[in-house]
Amino acid sequence: MNFEVPNMIFALPEMFMLGMACVILLTVAYLGEKGANIAYGLSQFTLIMTAFLIYRSFGEGGLTFDGTYIKDTFSDVLKLAITVINIAVLLYSTSYLKSRGLFKGEYYVLAIFSTLGMMIMVSANHFLTLYLGLELMSLCLYAMVAMHRDSKVATEAAMKYFILGAIASGMLLYGMSIIYGATGSLDLATIASAIQTGGLNDTVLSFGIVFLVIGIGFKLGAVPFHMWLPDVYHGAPTAVTLFLATAPKIAAFAMAIRILVDGLGDVHQHWQGMLIMLSVLSMIIGNVVAIAQTNLKRMLAYSTISHVGFMLLGVLSGSQEGYAAAMFYALVYSLMSLGAFGMIILMSRQGFEADNIDDYKGLSERNPWFALMMLILMFSMAGIPPLAGFYAKLTVIKAIVDINLMSVAIVAVLMSVIGAFYYLRIIKVMYFDKAEQNEPLEAPTDMCIMISINALTVLALGLFPGALLAICASVFF
Amino acid sequence: MSIEKLIFYGFAVILLFAATMVVTIRNPVKAALFLILAFFTSAGIWLILEAEFLALILVLVYVGAVMVLFLFVVMMLDIDLAPLQEGFTQYLPIGIVVAALITVEMIAVLGAAHFGLDIVAAPIPHPEGYSNTREIGLLLYTVYVYPFEIASVILTVAIVAAITLTLREKKSKSQNIAEQVKVRREDRVRLIKMDAVNKEEVD
Repeated sequence: MNFEVPNMIFALPEMFMLGMACVILLTVAYLGEKGANIAYGLSQFTLIMTAFLIYRSFGEGGLTFDGTYIKDTFSDVLKLAITVINIAVLLYSTSYLKSRGLFKGEYYVLAIFSTLGMMIMVSANHFLTLYLGLELMSLCLYAMVAMHRDSKVATEAAMKYFILGAIASGMLLYGMSIIYGATGSLDLATIASAIQTGGLNDTVLSFGIVFLVIGIGFKLGAVPFHMWLPDVYHGAPTAVTLFLATAPKIAAFAMAIRILVDGLGDVHQHWQGMLIMLSVLSMIIGNVVAIAQTNLKRMLAYSTISHVGFMLLGVLSGSQEGYAAAMFYALVYSLMSLGAFGMIILMSRQGFEADNIDDYKGLSERNPWFALMMLILMFSMAGIPPLAGFYAKLTVIKAIVDINLMSVAIVAVLMSVIGAFYYLRIIKVMYFDKAEQNEPLEAPTDMCIMISINALTVLALGLFPGALLAICASVFF
Repeated sequence: MSIEKLIFYGFAVILLFAATMVVTIRNPVKAALFLILAFFTSAGIWLILEAEFLALILVLVYVGAVMVLFLFVVMMLDIDLAPLQEGFTQYLPIGIVVAALITVEMIAVLGAAHFGLDIVAAPIPHPEGYSNTREIGLLLYTVYVYPFEIASVILTVAIVAAITLTLREKKSKSQNIAEQVKVRREDRVRLIKMDAVNKEEVD
């Protein structure tokens, strides 16, 4: 038997994070209730140091752990994005957790373990590691959604999320086993070369792909596998919704790229049709149903579904430009969603969730700066230039036009027009409706700074999208 | 038909029957017992596949530990079954249609046409003295060390999550004597002045 001693230095960020997660766990176990503040500080330290470690080794790459782990520019960029976004997520959620009696060390332990799961997914080059990373991430998320035990909606949301997530994992595993049956390997590189060599049975391959796509669709929340998403987003405490609406989407995108492009890139024609269906349905149902929502969290959940549809446009194009566009979309989307849910947290107080659209009436009078930040975020989600969301939509639609899928592109444009309606409604409510409450809004300074940085980054990425677009392009060329 | 084939079909039929019963039977304790039967028969199939170590682990861990605990939980919890059965007949037709469709597709794809012995060669039986356990041990801590570590992290998270969701801080019932001595009359008794009211007015 051949065994190479793995080059562990590639996995340094993951190893550091795992070590620190154990440290945080022990701290919380010893200090109990008092440990929450220390756990928060340690978690932020862990994320910042991990981001630094990823940044320091940026661009170096290779396979290690016998091909189960891959470090390339793609994984570096996404891991950096995941850690940086989670720094902001933890910062936003602290005040929310404190005022709801949820400020416990366990939250941070689970958040760090979940981030570790996402990083493992992003760096997976093997079905086994991909699946284990996914389970590590999801398991933490289920527990986080259920953490508010006295809330009935949160428990119901956790139950739905858990059961549907388990079904999705089952589908994914079944698909993996079929692909294993067809190609004789679980290693993505070996699968790709087996497909390239040819002589495989197409029927068996596409049968496996169906289940893999279902699994991916569930995790991303694409129609018709989206039923869990609005209920979970609505039912979970806003801090947890914020957590699961941002970085896990990047991880799920990475999973889609690893499986469909790295592993099954050569049988692109088999999965393109399925993705077209998922994407078109997501865009239509997401945007149309969002119009009817009066709850902002639910509305953003449907808007997530529609954004997933747009992101899948880039993936299904099957071209390098398309993959880069989808990656740009995933990053920009999680940044916008971070800001939008951050805003809900900022507006909420104890006993007041601020998740109804009516709660935003007259925000511009109560606090013009917050209203401006929300305006930037909503305009960006609607895809209005010169904001980042516009370039994200433009690049994915361009990728679709390049492969002559005109009808899909027309649906995408139409749906983004329909989608503009409910984003603009928020702006109308903020600027043109009379305020129901008149007391000025106050929020902790760190959150004000964070939301400003967040929204202004969306603006900056819209004004100068070149740098991030170039990074995304460099990954796939 | 060789004896191996006969045993395989025997196990497979019992496995399918047990799995169906797990889902359809009303009594949760019986469902758990059928799940144990399903685990036993799949362990039998694994034995035919020469995966002896895994088969034994399946029996030891799942049947011996997990399912026994599961039975305890099911017996201790008083589950009201009526709401669980609601909508069963309502969703049954569409469920049967979907299940039948998937079954037909699976038979078409996974049958002998694509996985027959002429396409996938029969595995060569291992030589005498071949140790399954040794081979797994060699692979588990070398080639698969990374997934193995992640699996252990997942188990840790499972414990953390379970404790987070079930452990409730108990309100301490012990007395704090210093507090009790320190207490003053004003802390406990509040005298309120009220106007006298006629009985008729109250009624």
